[in-house]
Amino acid sequence: MAYNPFTLEGKTILVTGAAGGIGRATSIECAKLGAKLVLTDINEAGLQETLSSLEGVGHEFKVADLTSQDALDTLVAELPLLDGFVSNAGVTKPTPVKFINNTDLERIMSINTFAPIYLTQRLLKKKKFNSGASLVFTVSIGGVYTTAPGNAMYGASKGALQVFVRNVALEGAPRIRCNSVNPGMVNTNLAGRSYSDEDKAKDMETYPMKRYGEPRDVALAIVYLLSDASSWVTGHSLIIDGGKTLY
Amino acid sequence: MDIKDFIEKFAEQFDDTPIENLTAEVRFKELDEWSSLIALSVIAMADEEYNVTLVATDIRNSETIEDLFNAVQSKL
Repeated sequence: MAYNPFTLEGKTILVTGAAGGIGRATSIECAKLGAKLVLTDINEAGLQETLSSLEGVGHEFKVADLTSQDALDTLVAELPLLDGFVSNAGVTKPTPVKFINNTDLERIMSINTFAPIYLTQRLLKKKKFNSGASLVFTVSIGGVYTTAPGNAMYGASKGALQVFVRNVALEGAPRIRCNSVNPGMVNTNLAGRSYSDEDKAKDMETYPMKRYGEPRDVALAIVYLLSDASSWVTGHSLIIDGGKTLY
Repeated sequence: MDIKDFIEKFAEQFDDTPIENLTAEVRFKELDEWSSLIALSVIAMADEEYNVTLVATDIRNSETIEDLFNAVQSKL
């Protein structure tokens, strides 16, 4: 009964964007599989709620604004050695190209692209990864495999992040692994209220599995990439999209 | 800049090579862990720490860590 190639027993894992959505679901699954979690997000109330949902002991959270260079330095200095890192924090604001503006674009790029890059840089420079550690970035099918009206800023931010993931995989081998998960639309608060229920119902029809994803659908894929079950997998982007990209 | 300080910073570019193994006379390109990526890391370290631009030929022409130290020193 004890056989479980996906166990995370004995692993310490950092999760960004842990206050909700995919980050929270990932934290919950990782804790169930025996990992010790360090949660981070800018939203303290959300972190509290995630923390209280975790099985096991020894978990902690750190409130941090990952777009601040100083906050990144402080966060990394306080971190224990890691066996896993899930870079998950992300935002979007659906906007047609002709309405793109400096404020929105810089915010989206800062959170989705620059923050994960700077955080990874510091984790490596400060030697925070144990040998065999696994890095997982929540990218998206958007920007990498699909385009959608209004998705230019988000898509550009995720496309850049995908390229970064592959470079980290190459430079990190053979000591550490680095992969991405690429979800289609997942039921989280990410897209906010930009789309009407009718639009969503219509969009859902473009998914062969006829539903949007749940955070746990993505969390379990992240678990696979964090676990030693994937120890020969690096530089991969794992699409989890209910078949959306089959079209 | 002194060589002890330089060796410490040089050693930080390695994951599996302990600093005790890195003395001024060590022929660094013969280390198991030496790689093109570490060469790039050393060039970036020299830039960040000493504001010195090392080029590939500086690495090629250096045999020992002390040679590399001298290359940086000469550009300060």
